[in-house]
Amino acid sequence: MSWKLWTLKKSLFVYHVNVGACNNCDIEIVELLTPQYDVERFGIVLVGSPRHADALLVSGICTRQAEPRLQELYRATAKPCVVLCVGSCALSQGVFADAYHAGHCVDEAIRAVDPNAIIAYVPGCPPKPEAMILGVIKVWEKLEELAGGKPAAAAHPLAEVART
Amino acid sequence: MGLLGMIVALIVGSIGTIVLGLAAKWVDRKVTARLQWRVGPPWYQPAVDCLKLMGKETVMPAVARGTGFLAAPVVGLSGACLAATMLWAMNLWVGSGFVGDAIVVLYLFTIPSLATMLGAAASGSTHASVGASREMKMLLSYELPLTIALLVAIVHTGNSFRIAEIVGAQQSGHAVALSISGVLALIVAIFCVQAKLGLVPFDQAEAETELMAGVYTEYSGPPLAVIYITRALMLAALPIFLITLFMGGVHMTGWRVIVSVLQFVLLLVVITLIRNTNPRVRIDQGVWFFWYLVTPVALAALALAMIGQHYEVTWL
Ligand code: SF4
Repeated sequence: MSWKLWTLKKSLFVYHVNVGACNNCDIEIVELLTPQYDVERFGIVLVGSPRHADALLVSGICTRQAEPRLQELYRATAKPCVVLCVGSCALSQGVFADAYHAGHCVDEAIRAVDPNAIIAYVPGCPPKPEAMILGVIKVWEKLEELAGGKPAAAAHPLAEVART
Repeated sequence: MGLLGMIVALIVGSIGTIVLGLAAKWVDRKVTARLQWRVGPPWYQPAVDCLKLMGKETVMPAVARGTGFLAAPVVGLSGACLAATMLWAMNLWVGSGFVGDAIVVLYLFTIPSLATMLGAAASGSTHASVGASREMKMLLSYELPLTIALLVAIVHTGNSFRIAEIVGAQQSGHAVALSISGVLALIVAIFCVQAKLGLVPFDQAEAETELMAGVYTEYSGPPLAVIYITRALMLAALPIFLITLFMGGVHMTGWRVIVSVLQFVLLLVVITLIRNTNPRVRIDQGVWFFWYLVTPVALAALALAMIGQHYEVTWL
C-alpha cells in the first residue's frame, strides 16, 4: 500500500455539497460529527473550501441550476477526490426524476466531467449515519483495489462502527 | 557562533518547534473534542494531515499570480521558523551575547500574516481578498496593544530590548507576571496572540461559514500543507514568546523544565478554551475591542509598571 493511500485512510477532509436536498440528509451528515459517532476519531473532518477536500459529500437531486455548479466544484477539487452520493435523491432523483427542475443525476453530472471518478452510493431517505460510514469504507476498498493491493479496509476500526 | 552553527541551529530549532507545534495542535483538537463530549483524534492526526496534503495535487487557479501565490506560504514559514529559532537561542544561551531583540522577534512574527495576505491577494479569489482585507484590519488593531504589553515587560526588567536580558532579569529577580501590571499585560498579550493565531473569536479572515476558508480558500496540496505547518509552528512559538516575556523564560535544565512545560500547556489550554467558548465577532467588533478596550488596558499596565519602577514598588 502506498503512503498516499495510507494517509488518505487516516485523514479525510470532506466538503459537503447540497444540490437540492430537502435538508434531512444534511442533518444526518452533521450527525456524523456529534458525540454519538464522532468521525474525527478517524481523521474525518468537514472543511470549508472544495480545494481542501478529499471527498465531496453530495446530497440532493441535482437541479438544473445546481448541475453546472456541482461540475465546477468537482473540477475545483485537488485530486484524488472521491464523491459520495448521499440519499435516494442523489442516487436516482427519486420521485423528482421527471420534475421540471431536475437536471441529470449526480453521478451522470460528475461522469460528464471525469469518466473515471470514484463514486460511492449511499441509499436511504435519509440514510443512517452508519450507512454513510459504510460508504466511506467502500470508497477505501475501491481505492485499495485500484492501487492493486488486497482490500483490507474491512479491518479498519471504522468498519466496526458501521456494523453496530 | 559561525555560519555553520547558525544554519544547524536554524534547522534544529525549526524542526523542533514544528514537532512541538503539531503536538500543540493535537492538544488543541483533543481539548476541543473533550469539551464537546467527543473522543477526538489520535495523537498523530495533525502529522498525518500534513503528510496527506503533501501527496495531493496542487491546483493553480486560472486567475492566480503563480509566483506570489506559491511563494507566500514559504515566506511565511521561513519568517516563523526564524522567529522560533531566535526565541530558543535567546532562552538557551541567556548569558551569551546573542544579538537579537524583542522588536526583531515581534517583527518576524508578523511575517506569516503578511505572507497570508500576499498569497490571498495573489490567488485572485473574491473570498480570499475579503479575507485578506480582514486580516489586515486585525493586524492593524492587535499589533499596538501587543507592542505595549511587550514594553511592560521591558520596563520591569531594566529597560533593555534584548530578550536575553529580559529573561536574565526575570530569573535573577521575579517573573513579570508576578505584579499587577504584568498580569494585565499578560492578559492583553493572550488576546493579541489569539488574534495572531487566527482563532475564534478573531478568525474573521478565515471565517469558514461566511468566506469558505477565507484567505486559504484557493490553496490545495503541498502549499496548504506548508500553511498548516506554519500555523502549527505559530501555535507553539507564540505561547513560548509569552513565557519568555512574562513567565520567567523557558527553562531547559533540572526540575524547572516541568514548570515550563506546565506553563506552556496552561497557555495552550487557555487559548483553546477561549476559542471554544466564544462566537466569532464581526470585524468591526474585533477592531473596536482591540482599539478601545485592550489598548487602554495595555496603556494602564504600562503606566502602572513605570510608576512601580520609579518608586521601586515591585508588585505594581
Ligand atoms: S434522500 Fe430523502 S432525506 Fe435525503 S434529500 Fe432526498 S428526500 Fe430529503
